[in-house]
Formats: sequence, structure tokens, C-alpha cells
Amino acid sequence: MPSKEEDRCMENIRNFCIIAHIDHGKSTLADRMLLTTHTLSERDFKDQVLDNMDLERERGITIKSHAVQMDFILEGKKYILNLIDTPGHVDFSYEVSRSIAACEGALLVVDATQGVQAQTISNLYQAIDHNLEIIPVLNKMDMPSAMPDEVRDQIIDLTGCSREDIIEASAKTGYGIDRIMKEIVRKIPPPKGDPAAPLQALIFDSVFNSFRGIFAYFKVFNGEIRKGEKVKFVATGRIYDADEIGVLKIKFQPRDVLYAGDVGYIISGIKSAREVKVGDTITHVSRPCDKAITGFEEVKPMVFAGIYPVDADDYEELRASLEKLQLNDASLSFVPESSAALGFGFRCGFLGLLHMEIVQERLDREFDMDIINTVPNVSFKAYTTKGEMIDVHNPSGMPEPANLDYIEEPYIIAQVICRSENVGPIMTLCIDKRGTLKNQLYLTSNRIELTFDMPLSEIVFDFYDKLKSISKGYASFDYHMSGYRKADLVRLDMLLNGEMVDALSSLIHRSHAYNFGRRVCEKLKELIHRQQFDIAIQAAIGSKIIARETVKAVRKDVTAKCYGGDITRKRKLLEKQKKGKKRMRQIGTVEVPQSAFLAVLKMD
Amino acid sequence: MAGIYVHIPFCRKQCSYCDFYKSTLLENKKTLLVSLMKELDHKANYLEGDRIETIYIGGGTPSVLSIEEINLLLSKISAVYKVSDKAEITFEANPDDLNKTYLERLYNNTVINRLSIGIQSFIDRDLRLLNRRHDSTKAKHAIRDTLKAGFSDVSIDLIYSIPGMSMDEWICNLNTAFSFNIHHLSAYFLTFEPGTCIYGKLKNKEIDQVKEEQSLEQYKKLIEIAEKAGYIQYEISNFSLPGHLSKHNSGYWSGKKYIGIGPSAHSYNIKTRQWNVSDNAEYIMKINQNRTYFEMEHLNLKTRFNEYIMTGLRTKWGIDLKEIEKKFGTEFYRLIINKALPFLKNNDIEEKENHYFLTSKGIFIADYIISAMFLD
Ligand SMILES: Nc1nc2c(ncn2[C@@H]2O[C@H](COP(=O)(O)OP(=O)(O)OP(=O)(O)O)[C@@H](O)[C@H]2O)c(=O)[nH]1
Ligand code: SF4
Ligand SMILES: [Mg+2]
Repeated sequence: MPSKEEDRCMENIRNFCIIAHIDHGKSTLADRMLLTTHTLSERDFKDQVLDNMDLERERGITIKSHAVQMDFILEGKKYILNLIDTPGHVDFSYEVSRSIAACEGALLVVDATQGVQAQTISNLYQAIDHNLEIIPVLNKMDMPSAMPDEVRDQIIDLTGCSREDIIEASAKTGYGIDRIMKEIVRKIPPPKGDPAAPLQALIFDSVFNSFRGIFAYFKVFNGEIRKGEKVKFVATGRIYDADEIGVLKIKFQPRDVLYAGDVGYIISGIKSAREVKVGDTITHVSRPCDKAITGFEEVKPMVFAGIYPVDADDYEELRASLEKLQLNDASLSFVPESSAALGFGFRCGFLGLLHMEIVQERLDREFDMDIINTVPNVSFKAYTTKGEMIDVHNPSGMPEPANLDYIEEPYIIAQVICRSENVGPIMTLCIDKRGTLKNQLYLTSNRIELTFDMPLSEIVFDFYDKLKSISKGYASFDYHMSGYRKADLVRLDMLLNGEMVDALSSLIHRSHAYNFGRRVCEKLKELIHRQQFDIAIQAAIGSKIIARETVKAVRKDVTAKCYGGDITRKRKLLEKQKKGKKRMRQIGTVEVPQSAFLAVLKMD
Repeated sequence: MAGIYVHIPFCRKQCSYCDFYKSTLLENKKTLLVSLMKELDHKANYLEGDRIETIYIGGGTPSVLSIEEINLLLSKISAVYKVSDKAEITFEANPDDLNKTYLERLYNNTVINRLSIGIQSFIDRDLRLLNRRHDSTKAKHAIRDTLKAGFSDVSIDLIYSIPGMSMDEWICNLNTAFSFNIHHLSAYFLTFEPGTCIYGKLKNKEIDQVKEEQSLEQYKKLIEIAEKAGYIQYEISNFSLPGHLSKHNSGYWSGKKYIGIGPSAHSYNIKTRQWNVSDNAEYIMKINQNRTYFEMEHLNLKTRFNEYIMTGLRTKWGIDLKEIEKKFGTEFYRLIINKALPFLKNNDIEEKENHYFLTSKGIFIADYIISAMFLD
């Protein structure tokens, strides 16, 4: 029988996340709440304190969801608030969906100067799907450009809430925070769940720590978990001792027991990253639960690219690093592949280009891996003349032309919200990207929602950046898959001195092929260093060469003077020249710098 | 066996291409000389008692010094260091300073026995672009008068690949140089060093850099004409009649110890390299206050090896594989043999009697080869 004490305990818990479009002020609002509740002292404070990855701080965006526990006293009663700050960028929406599963409520933050944007809508729908209580917050009210009336109308339209439900706030000045805190306690229901039932806890995130091993983050749905107990991970069937459990304050805080409704972490001597699956259920060995909690939907990668170690000897280490990274990034997927040019590596699936970039950076920074990233592509369906369908994640996986009947490529429905004055250029951009306009809806007199039907491959490269620059940051964008359609695609190969470099091949719409091939040749010419012989760079479709450039041989590379005072400087210069060469990959006789494999991304 | 280099950091005028450290404030000459003397005392032990076989007074423009000042320096050196009787003592001079009296006194009243003259070109257009103080007539007179004064070891500097210089003009410059029967020639292609006036002109597109192909042709022509005239190419940019190579500079390339006196000068004693501050005022102040006036790097085995490769391959003596094995060990020996393979195959390097040399083809891409041969 649960004691009265524990009953009350659950009554005093509030689990909520902060969701919004990118940059609308989630992390700043979290800061403010951490300060108000004295979870963090002024002394330890820094802006967006939960964004603790260097990458997050440098880029000023949240990449990972961050959970943190706060104590809050209202009318003499002490509450435990478990807050999860989530990322706003579309590439990290999987982080949001997992956070939502651990909560009963959500603060929907809307920037009063920007209004409702694409990810405001998509994240809100996720939260509503999980029956979360929504508290709308109109943030950045301190800014002169705030448009409270207009944006309030947008929020009412979207959520169906009443005007009074919307809290005006400024995460910067602290205005409105008290009311937000109160409404969290009043409106968001405490977690449900039976503390007496068999243990059922959902793993919603995990992280690898090089000192302490693997931490799994979970929310207890039913029952309780005590330190030292034998627990089982349902999906993997593995059994562990709960060596340490605890709650996620600013630092990890060990506890002896966690009850239904609590959010916490477990360290349990898990040996390998493969043993932890985000979405798995933890239960007791002695008294297991009947069934696992429904986990998370498998994420569908949108973009694929090869990741190879620069040094072939590092292949196994790369695998281990990817596994560890996957712990903390459940949306990353990878399978081994090999390339004639690059040897053994992995084909990785990402949710978008930013995601790819972040994975690349994290491999470098957190795991010290020197990698080559190949040209990204979307996945295609190839139908052979025998009527077979093959999923193609890699240009080299395309069947021989003779056996190929046709190819299908993925299409999306893209929603762009923009200002009316930007409609023209945005239409041009989308049509240039093979999109067709499906719908045009005036949200207000100067805000329009455009709906396009377009191939996913067209947004993979530079669509997002272009959209941003055309609209001076005001357009937002969201998309979902709408199925596969026949496409006139060709495989564009790149040849270096006549040798095909499979890692540089791409699948591309025929109408773009010539222009693209020419530009890749030009870019490679810029990136490939001169060697002792001429290097021919060619773009080809099948056996037909469609573009060509030459990197002229080094004819003269000699310093005139090397006297007593020149030796140190000269030596350092040549050592640097040497270092540059080290980061290159030998393809046939040609040395190709790492950056060349991403050349296509760097074209404007 | 060791060398002493003295840097005279003054010039009367700033040449447009030059990035050596120097100042045009000649009024500081006296105080600086005092500091040079002090530094000579400081460095007394750096060479660990080795005998001085070569002295080189360079710059800047040493010919801004009076005969008395030169002798002050040289006698200080003899007082502090063990200088060999047969030491090679080189003095760098600009043509515009080399009048007959100065030359006669240099020859008769000092122990200087080798002169290196900054001719650069015999074409007035080039000399103007380079912002030199002399013209072609002065250049020719200077060489003639130096030889007349009695010097039997005379070197001149020439520059090629100057914007606007045709192949014919370059050939003509070379023929003029050799017609004087000079003993030694150093020839450099023009480089555009950041911070120089000519670099700015290039960036502003006031002038164009000579095309690589053309520059290469001029270099080839230099080698060809020098050889025909009986000069031996003993280093990438240095040519001499037999018996007249620069012992001092050869020392740099064969790992001999040296001390460098004066602002921006470098010193080397196998274990370390160090370089003095590149600023007259700072140098004078630090010397006077007994403060550290140089930076230093310790040379580990790998660095020493890379330097050996770099300096050795640039000379006609090449690198000595036996010596590598002895000095650096079998591991390094094995590595260098492997690294040389593609270049041997491509005929950029040749092997003779356990030595590697750059071939007449490899010499044009010396840096490319050297950096590939480095250990990392
Ligand atoms: N003036 C003002 N600026 C704010 C306010 N809230 C946030 N900002 C600023 O808006 C920018 C984005 O804030 P963040 O808190 O990083 O936004 P976010 O929603 O967490 O962004 P992502 O996590 O990348 O989606 C920062 O420069 C903040 O300083 C506010 O109330 N007033
Ligand atoms: S080239 Fe010689 S003379 Fe001209 S500025 Fe440089 S050091 Fe002085
Ligand atoms: Mg954030």
C-alpha cells in the first residue's frame, strides 16, 4: 500500500516542457525560471545556461533537450517542477517529441515580434497529440517591435484558448514569470500513475560520460525504483543493478528512491552504447510490468551521407564513437558501407543538413575523430526491370542503367509562413526547386501561409539558408513527407584523372545536371591542391563527360632564400604545408582534401 | 668551426621589395653599435669555444658604417672569440656607397676579404621599381672598382622575375654580370612579401606578378648561362667559380653553429635556435637593461632532422644517408628511404654514393619535395 506521504508527493510534481519555434526564447525563459526558483544562484548564472554544449553556446541555438528539476513554493506548499527545455530547429524535432512523452504540460512560447511560426504549429500539434496541457506565453514583450494584439489573435486562432489564458512575458526582464510559475502549478495536472504498481519507467534520453559510463534518463510512469535494485530493460532483455539513481538538478543529484511521476537518471554498469535504446522501458526483475510503455516512433532520416575516417585505421573507433553519440542523439542512424575511394565507413541518416553538420562537429569535438563527410542525398526507390524495388541511400547503390526501370524520389508538403512582401521571391525560389504551389492562405493582412508540393532533395542543400536570406529571417518553414513519385534522375559522377570517385557521385534531376556538374568541377578545382602532374576534373553522366576543369601541375615551388635567419620560419612553413597534406585522401594518384567531399554544399 | 653574423639594421632608403629588418633612422647608429658590442660579450659562450672560421657583416646596409666603426666591431670580435687566421670575412655593401676611397680603405685598412654587392639589376627601369638608390652605371662602376681595389672574392646579388623584365633583358643582365669575372653570384626571383611596398602595388593591381612559367624559364636560363660561364651551382640560388663559394652561407646549410648579433639576427648551436627582437629601440633597451632580447626554440630530434633535410637537399652536397643513420637512427633512415621512393622514380631525386640530391628537374619543386620528405 502506498503511504500517504508518497501520495502527496506525486500531487506536488509538475512535469512540463518548453516548446516554440527557433529563437523564440525558450532557453532564456528556462534561465529565468531557474533563477526565480533559486535552482541556480546569480553567481553561477550565464545566459541560456541549459545550453551546455560548446556547440550550442557558439551557435546560440539549442540542439539537445535539457531536463532540470526545480523546487518551487506556492502558498506555503512545496512543488517539484521538472522542466525540459527543447530545441526549436526543425532538424531536432525528434528531441521535442521525446521530451513531450515525459511531461503533462507544455509552455508554448511565441515571440511577440515574430508571431506564430512553422515550428510553433508543428510542436504544438505534437503536444496536443499527447494530451499535454498547453500554457501559451507571449514572450519578448519588452521589445518595441512587439505586436501583442496581432500575435495574441494568432495564438487564439491556433490553440482555441481564451484571451486571458495567454501570459504576457519577457524572458529577458523577468516580466510575467511569477504568473507563469503559478499557472504551471495550477493548470498542469500532476502526473498520474500508480506508485504501488510494478515498475514501469520510460527511457527518453541517454548520454555517454567518459568518466562514469552511460546515464539513462527516464520518467517513472508506475511503481517506484530504489537504488541497488535489480532492473531489466524490456526491449533488450538485459538486467542491471541500479548502481545509482537520482534527479536532474543543475548537477546530478543521487537519491535512494524515485516514485511514479518522477523524472530521473540511472547509472547501472551498462557496458556498451548498444544496450540502451531510447524508448525502452525499465522494470523490476522480481516483479516485472505486464507490458512495455509504447516507445517512440522510429525516426525517418531525411538525408543520408557517408562518414569515413580520414585514417582507415580509425574505422572501429569511428563505429564506437557513433554508437556513443547515438546514445545522446537517438535520431542518428548508421550502417556500415564501403566506398572504392574512401574504404570502410558508415552511411548515416540525418534529419536534415543542420543535424548532419552537428553530428560531424560533435564527432570532431567530443570524440576527436578526423572524418570525411560525403555528399548528402535523400533516399530514392529504384525499380528494376524485374519489378523489384530497391531503397537507395547512396548513389553507388543505384542499379545498372540496363536493369533500371525507373526511379522514384520522395516528395514533401512544405509550409512556408512569410510576409506578403516576400511572396514573390519565395515563389520563385520554390519553383526553381521544382515546387508547385498548392495553396495560399492569408493568415492576417500581411502574413501568408504558402503550401508547396516539392521534391525533398531540393530542400536538402541550401533551401533553408536561401529562404532565410530572401525573407531577412522572417519566413519560417516546416514540411512533412507526402510519398514517392517518379523522377527523371541521373547519376552524376566525378572523375579525377579518369578515375571515378564514388564518394563524389550524386543523384540529381536531369534538368540540374549540367549546371551542377560544371559548378562542382569549378569548386573542386579551387579545393584540390596542385600536384606534380596535371589533374583532370570531369563530371560525367554515364560515359558522357559534361564538364571539365584542370588543376595545373606545380611547375615551380622553390624558395629563393634559406639563410641562417630563414631556417626556422622556412621549416615551419614547410611543416605546415606537410600538415595540410596529411588531412588529404589519396585517390589514385590524386590527393584530395577532406573539404572537397563536401564541395557541393559550399557552392552558392 | 663556427660563424658570426652581424646585422647592421640601417638603410639609407627603403627598397620596395625588402622585408629584412632595418631602419632609416641612421642617427641611432652609434648607440646601436655599443649594444652590438655588448651582445658580442653576452654570446661569448654560446658557441662553446668553437673557433670562428667565418664572419659575415650583413644587413640592412653595412656600408653605412665608417671604416673606423667596422674595425671597432671586428676587433671586438677578435677580442672575445677565437678567430681563425684564415677566416672568411664578408662585408655586404650597396653600390651607391662603394666609392673608390671607401673601397681602398676597406681593402687596405680592414681584415675584410670578401665583398657582396647588392646589384639586383643592370636595368634602370628595374632599379626604379625596386626603389634602389643606384642606377645601372653606378652598379657597373661599383663592381669594376671593387675588383680594382684588389678584392679577390667578389659576389653580387641579382633579382629576376621582376615585373616587366623580358627574357632577353635577364640574359643580358647575366652576361653583364659574368663579363666582370665576378667570383660569385646569388640570384633570387622576386618575391612579394606582405608588408612591403611592392606587395601593396601587386594587391592594388598596379603591377602584375610574372607568370610562373616565365619565372621558371628565367631560372632555367640562369642555371644554363652560369654553367656555361664556368660557375658551379652549389645551392638553389648560389653560383660560384671553383674555390669561391661562400663558406659562411655553406655553414648554414651544413649545420655549423653560428651566432647572429644585432636586431632580428638568428643564432644556432645545434641544440637551440634563437632570434633577437626585430626592433632597434627595443633591442638597445633590453641589451642595456640586461633583459632577454631574444626568443628561443629547442630543437628536438625530429626538428633537427627536418632541418637537415631542408638545408641539405638545397645544396649540391645533398643529404648523406649514412650520416642520417648515424645521427638520427635506423628508424629515420628507413622512413626517409621510403619517402624518397616516389621522387626517385619520378627522377626528381637521384641517389649517388649514399647521398640524395635534387635532380636538375627536381630543383624547381624543391619545396614540394622537401615538405613531402619531412617527418611529422
Ligand atoms: N528582448 C528580448 N530578447 C529575448 C527574450 N527572450 C529571449 N530573447 C533573446 O532571443 C534570442 C533567442 O533566445 P533563446 O532563449 O536562445 O531562444 P530558444 O527558443 O531557446 O532558441 P532555440 O533553442 O535555438 O530554438 C536570444 O538572443 C535571447 O537573448 C525576451 O523576452 N526579450
Ligand atoms: S634590400 Fe638591402 S638596402 Fe634595400 S632596404 Fe633591404 S636591406 Fe636595405
Ligand atoms: Mg534554446
